[in-house]
Amino acid sequence: MSEYVPDILANYGDDLFDGFLITLQLVFLSVVAGAVLGAVICAGRMSKNRIVMGLAWLYIGLFRGTPLLAQLFLIYYGAGQFSGFWRDVGLWGILRDPFNCALISFTLNTAAYQAEVFRGAVQAIPKGQWEGAAALGLSKRLAFLRVIVPQAALYALRPFGNEIILMIKASAVASVVTVYDLLGETRLAFSDTFRFDVYFYAAALYLVLVETLRRIWNVLEAYLTRHLKSRDETPAGAAKNKPADRGQAAGEGLSPASPPISGRPV
Amino acid sequence: MKVVIAAALTALIALPAAAQDKMQLRIGTEGAYPPFNFFDSDNNLQGFDIDIANALCAEMNAECTFVAQDWDGIIPALRANKFDAIIASMSITEERDKVVDFTNKYYNTPPALAVPKDSDLADASPEALSGIILGAQSATTHANYAEAKFPDTELRRYGTPEEYKLDLESGRIDAAIDDVVVLSEWIESEDGACCKILTTLTPDPVINGAGAGIAIREGETELRDKFNAAIEAIRANGVYDEIRQKYFDFDVYGG
Amino acid sequence: MDGNLFSLLSFGPDGWGDELFAGLQITLALALATAPIGLVGGFLLALARRSDNVFARVPATAFTTVFKGLPELITLFIVYYGFSMALAWFLGLFTDAHVEVSAFLAGMIALGAVSASFASEVFMAALSGVPRGQYEAAHALGLSRWATLRKIIIPQLIRIALPGLGNLWLVLLKDTALVSVIALPDLLRRTFIAVGSTKEPFFFFLVAILIYFAISLVSMGIFALLERRYEKAYIR
Repeated sequence: MSEYVPDILANYGDDLFDGFLITLQLVFLSVVAGAVLGAVICAGRMSKNRIVMGLAWLYIGLFRGTPLLAQLFLIYYGAGQFSGFWRDVGLWGILRDPFNCALISFTLNTAAYQAEVFRGAVQAIPKGQWEGAAALGLSKRLAFLRVIVPQAALYALRPFGNEIILMIKASAVASVVTVYDLLGETRLAFSDTFRFDVYFYAAALYLVLVETLRRIWNVLEAYLTRHLKSRDETPAGAAKNKPADRGQAAGEGLSPASPPISGRPV
Repeated sequence: MKVVIAAALTALIALPAAAQDKMQLRIGTEGAYPPFNFFDSDNNLQGFDIDIANALCAEMNAECTFVAQDWDGIIPALRANKFDAIIASMSITEERDKVVDFTNKYYNTPPALAVPKDSDLADASPEALSGIILGAQSATTHANYAEAKFPDTELRRYGTPEEYKLDLESGRIDAAIDDVVVLSEWIESEDGACCKILTTLTPDPVINGAGAGIAIREGETELRDKFNAAIEAIRANGVYDEIRQKYFDFDVYGG
Repeated sequence: MDGNLFSLLSFGPDGWGDELFAGLQITLALALATAPIGLVGGFLLALARRSDNVFARVPATAFTTVFKGLPELITLFIVYYGFSMALAWFLGLFTDAHVEVSAFLAGMIALGAVSASFASEVFMAALSGVPRGQYEAAHALGLSRWATLRKIIIPQLIRIALPGLGNLWLVLLKDTALVSVIALPDLLRRTFIAVGSTKEPFFFFLVAILIYFAISLVSMGIFALLERRYEKAYIR
């Protein structure tokens, strides 16, 4: 078989795979940490306190309205500029490493998007659900945890999946600050060999990753929303507030979360 | 909108000027490697490479225009016909020679290591450097040198020298490897006050090659011969030395 | 932050204000030059993807899948290096002419392909938002296909697609920053150059971020106005 393996893959295949694993780590860790931070920011955004609400709005606007690459530069080089300070407080060991800087900036960025995903999902739940829970004598807290969250989670599922896909793609900018993720290793292989086809292998890996995730998500979604199917072909048609994702319908054939515009499955 | 598109289109497509008597040459350079090639504050290309290129063009009676191109894409750009020759302190190495052709060298200086002033690195032996983080510009002989000679050192590769300088200053990396002239120039300037030269390194002929040459597309022997003749001519008539004295008080041509 | 930092932003030989402003112009020029590609390309892709013709539908679907799935940065590298190599080879077959694929053009092509792919999603959704009956009614009124499209369908399409397209414009604006990696002297690249010579990364990158934020806010305001205008007919 081995003679069918292109020589560039024979020489650089292991490196590309290592980079692929770094990409996976970056995306997984930042999406998980971003979900926690995003939930907090979402709570702030929906808070009745105007100051808290305003700060959350500003956070979301700043991180969603500006390029991730600029945010990464701010954190990477900004941290470096004050390295003396970070040394004094004992955090330089963390901030010195480019991987951690990328992880921090990706987490802060995805948290802003996820906060809006969560908010859209919670607001998509009809008011009657709150009233119904109150009529049953449930406390607000209990109503939120037991009635609202389980339903909102279904609305959030699709835009959340889209957000992961967008993070996979966005994570490629880490290579610009010497993180050897998939694109970083690819650029290295290219600059060593001047063999352009290495970009195609990397592109194929990214596509496989994104498509796999998209398909898993479709199956997951079909499974989790199976109880909604018999009643209404388009459960999401009812959603008044579209969960705000990055404005990009990264996966088609949406079911529970409303498709961006028409309120009907595409 | 129309203006934008028109401006965009003219910026994009440069068709060759009608054939003229003078040979038209497009020279690719990096513009981020002082003192060899860099942009001054008025956004003009300056440096030893640029002056040498101009002298060679004058010698060959060619009309030259410069194209700035990031280092890690400079060879692909030459091969994609974005320009006809690279004059950008490119070392003549075996690896590169497989994909482009080189003229004879026009200078040859050794690599060196720069470290923060308070660094406790004593020397540049592989043992002393083991476990530290070393920065280099990617796709350079210096990066290859570090990879081959310092196997236990973590190597970080940067797109431009500017980036490793920022990281050396902040202490994100412990040392940087580059051409001794480039590092000295930086360290002697205000910007490089953080750091010092630890030592120059003994070049490895296989890795570092035979000095810096001019890269052209494979098979263009006529152009190569012209460049070689021009290099020889400016070496002989004193033009080379004049330019050299403008930048350096020592011999950069090498033995 | 002290006053000295802000003097770094002045226009003139000592300040970086004029450099950043020149970069901002390139950022905006790239986004404005790319948007029509995304718009027209996206519409055509949507028509092709809805088409009954396999030879239109399959390539269009493949195109969108690829450019939606690839990181924009890798698309950019492939266009910048690969496309220009392919073009040089192709032209070399016929002529000595050389075509230069500049960073600006590479950015236009790469980001144009990406935004067209995402815009096709928006248009697909919008097209299915216009009921079939409208086509039939227009046909019954004796309108030609082109007149139907122009007078009946597109005005409604714009209304439905506008929020989605507004989002895509914001995404495009941010994606232009990636082209700085292949040396386009846009806002982010010039900021980097300023950082290199002033050693004030935190200040300058923060300024760049605030400039991007300001453009985003202005864009959002413009789109809100447009949306209100197209909604007018529907407000009772």
